[in-house]
Amino acid sequence: MLRRRKKTDALQGTLDLLVLQTLSRGPHHGYGIAADIQSISDDILRVEEGSLYPALHRMEHLGWIAAEWQTTSNNRRARVYRLTRAGQKRLDDERARWDQLTRAVAKVLRFA
Amino acid sequence: MGWFRRFRATFATGDGGFDEERRFHIDARTAEYVRHGMTEEDARREAVKRFGNATLARERTRDVDVIRWIDDVRRDTGHALRMLRRNPGFTLLALVCLTLGIGANVAVFSWIEGILLRPFPLVVDQDRLFAVTGTERGTPGHTDVSWPDWLDLRRNSTLAEAFVGEKITGTTLSIGDRAERAPGSIVSANYFDAIGVRPMLGRSFAAGEDAGRNAYPVTVISYQMWHDRFHSDPAIIGKTQVLAGLPHTIVGVAPEGFYGTFVGYAFQFWVPASMQPQFDAGAYKLEDRGARWIEGFVRLKRGVTIEQAQSELSAIAARLEADYPETNRGRGIRLYPLWQTPFNNAGALVPTLGIALVVVLAILLIACANVGNLLLLRAFARQQEMTIRLSVGAGRGRLVKQLLTEGLILSSIAAAGGFVVASWLRDALALLTPPRGGILLRLPGELDWRVLALSAVVCLLSTLLFGLAPALLTSNIDLASALRSQSGSVIGVRSRSWVRSTLVLVQMSLSFVLLVGAGLLIQSLQAIRHASPGFSTDGVLTTTVDLFTAGYEAERAKIFQDELIDRMQAIGGVESAALSRMTPFSYRTYSTAPIAVDGYDAPRDQQPTAEYNEIGPGFLATIGIPLVSGREFTRADNETAPLVAVVDEMMAAQFWRGEDPVGRRVQVRNRWMQVVGVARNARYRNLLETPKPFFYVPLRQNFSATTALQIRTARRPAALTPALVREIHALDANVAPSEVITMREQVERTTAPQRISVTILVVFGSLALVLAAIGLYGVMAAMVSQRSGELALRMALGAGAADLLRLVLSKGLALTAGGVAIGLLTALQGTRLLGYLLYKVEPRDPLAFASAVVVVALASLVACVVPAWRATRTDPLRALRA
Repeated sequence: MLRRRKKTDALQGTLDLLVLQTLSRGPHHGYGIAADIQSISDDILRVEEGSLYPALHRMEHLGWIAAEWQTTSNNRRARVYRLTRAGQKRLDDERARWDQLTRAVAKVLRFA
Repeated sequence: MGWFRRFRATFATGDGGFDEERRFHIDARTAEYVRHGMTEEDARREAVKRFGNATLARERTRDVDVIRWIDDVRRDTGHALRMLRRNPGFTLLALVCLTLGIGANVAVFSWIEGILLRPFPLVVDQDRLFAVTGTERGTPGHTDVSWPDWLDLRRNSTLAEAFVGEKITGTTLSIGDRAERAPGSIVSANYFDAIGVRPMLGRSFAAGEDAGRNAYPVTVISYQMWHDRFHSDPAIIGKTQVLAGLPHTIVGVAPEGFYGTFVGYAFQFWVPASMQPQFDAGAYKLEDRGARWIEGFVRLKRGVTIEQAQSELSAIAARLEADYPETNRGRGIRLYPLWQTPFNNAGALVPTLGIALVVVLAILLIACANVGNLLLLRAFARQQEMTIRLSVGAGRGRLVKQLLTEGLILSSIAAAGGFVVASWLRDALALLTPPRGGILLRLPGELDWRVLALSAVVCLLSTLLFGLAPALLTSNIDLASALRSQSGSVIGVRSRSWVRSTLVLVQMSLSFVLLVGAGLLIQSLQAIRHASPGFSTDGVLTTTVDLFTAGYEAERAKIFQDELIDRMQAIGGVESAALSRMTPFSYRTYSTAPIAVDGYDAPRDQQPTAEYNEIGPGFLATIGIPLVSGREFTRADNETAPLVAVVDEMMAAQFWRGEDPVGRRVQVRNRWMQVVGVARNARYRNLLETPKPFFYVPLRQNFSATTALQIRTARRPAALTPALVREIHALDANVAPSEVITMREQVERTTAPQRISVTILVVFGSLALVLAAIGLYGVMAAMVSQRSGELALRMALGAGAADLLRLVLSKGLALTAGGVAIGLLTALQGTRLLGYLLYKVEPRDPLAFASAVVVVALASLVACVVPAWRATRTDPLRALRA
């Protein structure tokens, strides 16, 4: 039970990082975020939609991102998310942590 | 910010746009797949598949958007309200049961709070306030304390923050030609400061105003007196008011809502202890260590327990006993918690309120059992709904929570109604209690936050009580068999009917116990009504004539009294008339004195004392107390004649050990008196008192200007009053008698605790029985409708209407018999708790038990007849086809 929760936390943290990083390049709707992550990662990272929307809403409540209904080029209403100042700060922190983590893992791998 | 939005989303309708977001997502994904060469149809199918379980995602998103538990509560509440609205009959019946149950509890809580626990509005820190009385070795009960002893306690106690001395007194206020008594209090000078009550006008008493003979004729009057008598005069301070025959300067007005510190009365004025002689018909007691008259309260310092304080005060009392053996031999001091205060009405009401508490808890249990039964009955009807909810994946915990929410809504509405009921009943106790000495009692319930909190707890507990079992049983459905079976008889029916029968058993036994209690108290009240107090209750009237307050000094008063008796005896229809300082069963206290008898040696550490009454010539004959030997007083027994006394049989037996004391002598407060007669024992204060030695002395040799007048006549009080007033006014137009009542009335006014208990038990006992009968009816009706198939089969096989009637009735009466059996066992053990409220009735009185059996049996017969009759009307064809 405890282990499972830890795992989802770690995964969720990664998802948050990816979403915030994607939004740092400009506002986007949910589909766009998922598509961006997938294409930039050369199809390796596929975001589950069932997790994406709860995560977006959660980060919205935390104040990291803000949402707005906008009309797209082909005249459809889409909910567009953008990074807030708090989100930018969160992104910087998360990135620093991620870099630290990967550097540490790489170090261990090199050493072994 | 986020929190606020979530809170708002919790109460918003809709899904916060999730569906539109999802639609857009899927459309975009479809377009992407189409661009990659899929057909429109395949692309859409693939996109939907890729998105996954939409419902789950929607729920998860919503969970993020709302505050989860509030959302659940909100949904359950909405659902519950819909269910309650859909079954108005059920809802109404449940609400009536619970409102009665909870309302009765809140009322009793508020009485206990307002009368026993925090009886004195505006007085600060009542938790640290304790009652102080004296004790006398070898004699049960309490005595008052002498003023010098009181001062010594105050000086020597280190654990007490303040001693508040007070003694209830009264004065006659004339209103037209009618005299009215107003209760007031003689208090120590620190009174108002110590209890933390600040006069709204003027000042409280100054230190030192409680010393000296009649030295400080000042008074603080009540808000009510200021309002009613002085029309809220803002310049009242410095004006005078005659109290007990002497003008007192009004130095202060107590704040509104302050009624003094005496459970039962709303005091109208306060005077400092220096005015004690004026209110005691002249006897100066402030420097007399032998005169015990003050009582009161002590406020202990923070953290001091009653045991610590008691041992300190006992040590001080022991030192006083050693220092002043003449007056203090065998004397002690005792502390009581406020609710046990022996010198006001608190102590007398404790058993009554205790019984009331037990009774209303029983009522609540019965009401809960009824609502539980109703819920079970409805749960049966909702089986389909529950089965479907469970099978589409609702958690069992959610179902239980939902059913409990329904219960909580019911009991919350009922609690609100209960508060209304309780506020109606606020003054019920005072209304059940007759006024004594013409003064209305004040026994209010107090609906403060503590009562509120306790009622909320009761509300929650009763919800668990009536809601939990049905909720658990309802949600405990074996899904497989429930879905397989189309008929109503699914798993759980057996266990449910078992639970319902148990509930009826509990109800029946509880109402049986209450009825036994009611029966016992009714018999007790009858016994009290027919008990002889030792004097005539019929054909004797009594009233008070207060010459002291009217300003008479002794010599004028004596002339007035003699003439009054002559004039009374001249009125047609009056057999005889006599004066006495006290009339038996009055709220005032008898004189008491240390006594000594030749040849009687008291135990070394005890000082024998006895109470006595100062009576005029012919008093015993007038009131109807027979003489055993010797004679009673005549006009010849005046201040120039030798001192004489009449003792009662009890005193004769104790001090002269069965020899005739006539001709022997008794020393009363250092005066030797010759015994000239022995009177039959009587009751002196109330019917239930423990007999103590008692004697009489001539009024002329122990003078009092305030007297009771007894008149032996066959005429009614109303018929005699005009003649009485006329004769008194002929002597002095400024003197007015108080209310004229029969001695029977006088006696009955002392039986208030019994009457209140009887009223409470009879009212609530009947209520309990009705509720229990409704419960039994519900169970039987449900049984008949559930077993209609079986009943029809029996009919088809040749059972007659009489057989079916017998079948249903026997089932119902078996339940009743079981309940009565349990109740019988409980009552046999429990009725002893009625204690002193039972007068000449055994706690296991067979008549009370038998009548309770009959009443319960009749009520359950009535409850079973309708369902049984319906059973005989079963149409076998229709029932079997259904």
